[in-house]
This record gives sequence, C-alpha cells and structure tokens, in this order.
Amino acid sequence: MKINLRVWRQKNPEIDGKMVDYQLDDVSEDMSFLEMLDVLNESLSVSGEEPVAFDHDCREGICGSCGVVINGIAHGPEVTTTCQLHMRSFADGDTIDVEPWRSGSFPVVKDLVVDRSSFDRIIQAGGYVSAPTGTAPDAHATPVPKKDADHAFDAATCIGCGACVAACPNGSAMLFTAAKITHLGLLPQGQPERDSRVIGMVDQHDAEGFGGCTQIGECTAACPKGIPLHTISRLNKDLLGALARGEG
Amino acid sequence: MAIKTLSPRAQASRSTVALKALMAVSGLIMVTYLLIHMYGNLKFFQGQERFDSYLEGLRNILYPYLPHGGALWILRVVLLGAVIAHAYSAVALWRRARTASARQGAKRYHSNQNRRGVQRSYASFTLRWGGIIILAFIVFHILHFTAGVLHPGGDTDSKYQAMVNSFSIWYVTLAYVVAILAVGFHLRHGLWSAFATLGANTSTKRRRNLNIFATVLAVVIAGGFLVPPLSIAIFGYGS
Repeated sequence: MKINLRVWRQKNPEIDGKMVDYQLDDVSEDMSFLEMLDVLNESLSVSGEEPVAFDHDCREGICGSCGVVINGIAHGPEVTTTCQLHMRSFADGDTIDVEPWRSGSFPVVKDLVVDRSSFDRIIQAGGYVSAPTGTAPDAHATPVPKKDADHAFDAATCIGCGACVAACPNGSAMLFTAAKITHLGLLPQGQPERDSRVIGMVDQHDAEGFGGCTQIGECTAACPKGIPLHTISRLNKDLLGALARGEG
Repeated sequence: MAIKTLSPRAQASRSTVALKALMAVSGLIMVTYLLIHMYGNLKFFQGQERFDSYLEGLRNILYPYLPHGGALWILRVVLLGAVIAHAYSAVALWRRARTASARQGAKRYHSNQNRRGVQRSYASFTLRWGGIIILAFIVFHILHFTAGVLHPGGDTDSKYQAMVNSFSIWYVTLAYVVAILAVGFHLRHGLWSAFATLGANTSTKRRRNLNIFATVLAVVIAGGFLVPPLSIAIFGYGS
C-alpha cells in the first residue's frame, strides 16, 4: 500500500519544528506502525538524511516506551499502543499525520521523542509501598478480596506511556496519577501511606505543570490499557478525605 | 525552580483537585437554587394574582424572625459567594490547562483530523465559553427582573405583567432561549463532572448512570425555564 506521511521533525528542544511530507510506496498492511517508520528511516538513511527519532523498546505493548499522536489521536485509531497498531488499520493512499505527545510537561527532545521524566517524579512522590525487603511472604498471609485484587490489577496495568496527557484537552495527567492511587489504595499493603501518597502525588502532578481534570474522558478512550475513568474519581475522594482527616 | 514554602497538605488544599471540588460544590449550590427558581417560575401558570402574591410571600420567609426580605438577602449572599468561587476556580483551572497544553488546549496538534477528539461531547468543550455567556446573562437577568432597571415592553410593578411584556418581544425571548440552552449544555456536562469530582463515579456502570442523570436533570431544568417565556411568545399566554 501507498502511504503519505506528514511527520513532525524537530532537531532539538530549542528549535521549533515543522511537519515534513514523506511518501512510502511499498508498505505491507501486516507491518506494525513502528515497522513502517523503520522502513521510512532506512530510506532516509540511504539517501543521507537524518532518520526520524522515535521512542520504542519492547514492541509488545507492555513497556510504555512508544507512543505518538497519529491523525490527532494518541496511539492512533485502535485502542492499543503504537507498536501494536498495524498498517491494516489504514487504507491505501491515506495521509497519516504523526506528531509527538504535546504537553507543557513533556518537552520534545527530538522529532517524536518527548521527555516523560515528569511521570517518574510523580511516582517518586508517593507511588510506592515502603516495605522491608526480605524473603517473600506467604501468598495467603494477607487476604485480599477478589474484587479489590481485580480492580487493583486493572489499575496496575498502566504502562506510563503518557497517552492520557496527550489526549487530554487540559493536558492533565490525572489518569496516570489515579491509576497508581487506585492500584495501591485498594490493597492492604498500601493503606499506611494512603493519605500521604495521594497528597504527595497530586502536589507533584501540579508542580510539574499538568492541567486539571474536567471529566471529559478522552484519556480513558485513548488509554491502551483501558484504565477506567472512575480511578480519577477515587483519587479525588482519597485526596478530599486525606485533607479532611488532616493526615499526610 | 520555585522554592516550596507550603506544607504538602497546604499545597494539596490548593491543588487542581481541590479547586475542582470547590467548583463542584459551588455549582451544586447553584443547581439547587435553579430547581427552586424553576419551580417558582412555573407558578406563572396559576395566574397574575397568585404568581405575584407568591413572589411577595418570598419576602416574608421566616418573618418576623428575619426582617422583611431577609431570607432573600441571605440567599443572594450565598449565591454571590457560589458564583465567585465557581468563577475563581474556573479561571485558575483554565489558566493551568492553557499552560499544560502549550496554550492551545485540544487544538495543539497540527493534524486536522479528529479535531474533536474521540468521544467528548459538545457540552464538554463548550463549558468554558458557555459559562461566560451564562455570567453575562445573569447580569442582564438581574437588571431585568430583579432590579427592574431594564423593562422592555413597559414598566410595571407586577412581575407577572413584566414577564408578559418582555416575552411578547421576540428578541427578548430569543436572548432568554439562547441563555437557557447554554445553561442546559453547561449542566449536562457540569453536573456529571461535579459528581465525578466529588468521588461519586465508582464504576463504569455508575459513569453511565451519572451521565444519564445529568442529561435528564439538564433537560428538565432547561425545559422548565423555557416553558413560561415560550408560552407567552408563541401562544400569547397571559395577554
């Protein structure tokens, strides 16, 4: 299939970038989106041009490294990661716009690569359980109701790709933050630090310059892991509760 | 880098989440008032005498424990507080969202495809501009019916007659219809968002139910407010 690409090219964080047109004549519909970009980069290298920089690692949809905005939608038309999106989702002759995640808190490093270390700092602000290490406890030592375990696991599947921020009209990272709050807040191991966690993570979220949530739901629609919107409601409830209790 | 001077707790009480909760609570206070206001408006259909005496009765709520009109003034102070809190949080959150999205909101991508996102509603992306239209309308509405500074169609002491006079003029009715529709759309997303912000959205099923509830309440309130002016404008009711 023939594909017309419009790709965001930006040399470095200081210089403003622009959309550049490329044409690929021999794309297989079985290629993943990243393989299609690999093909583009091979031809660019052959002709002596700078290849398009993009983040990727596992290419199995589980690491959260890859992610670009395709035709205005984070991770493109299918609800999956960019690496698991295949060219059969497009038609022969389509024009495809490829852009990096855009957010004040995700500065562009080069082309399609953005700096997502703001996410790391939100996790550092409380997205963990302080537990002494040692031998693994018996699996049945701390009983967890099945329903809580399932919901905690659903939230724990967040891979931190940043699609929620890219999709949000407010540039909010609430879905990412809320996924971790929900994951740990539903489990007994997460209880001792529950109040200080939500306060610390929300403070860091705001300090990084992310916007606020207006419950529009674009984040959850773009999320490759289907993190539900109600995790954000849980975060809000936890924060208001922590403030009322005066803890943290 | 800014130096942190606030404790984590103090900072959290000024966070986007706390601002959003302030917006939700102040919004729900105003929605409660709107329901009472709508109920009062529908008394229009009981005729001039009963409608005007109902309005006069409002001034005597809790009289003599409160002075004449005292209850209304308490209500006005509460509502003014709610409007200020609502507008303050809206402006603060809007400014944050602008910075977070490179000053362009949802339009920050160059692609012309999927400009309106994947699933967001008309009500959700018109919320901020809708709010400004509603604020302008409230000022006009207070000058019109509350203070009586504006009296299109002729001055009168009877609020019933003032409604008939005003809504017999097509452009006054049109202005009210536009404003009430703006309120309807604002409530459609705002109500759902308020409940979700305060922690009521606990499951995917609850998300659907809260959205249905918000839509129904928005339609009821907008509809309830539209009936008296449209009855006057279209069917000549009361004249």
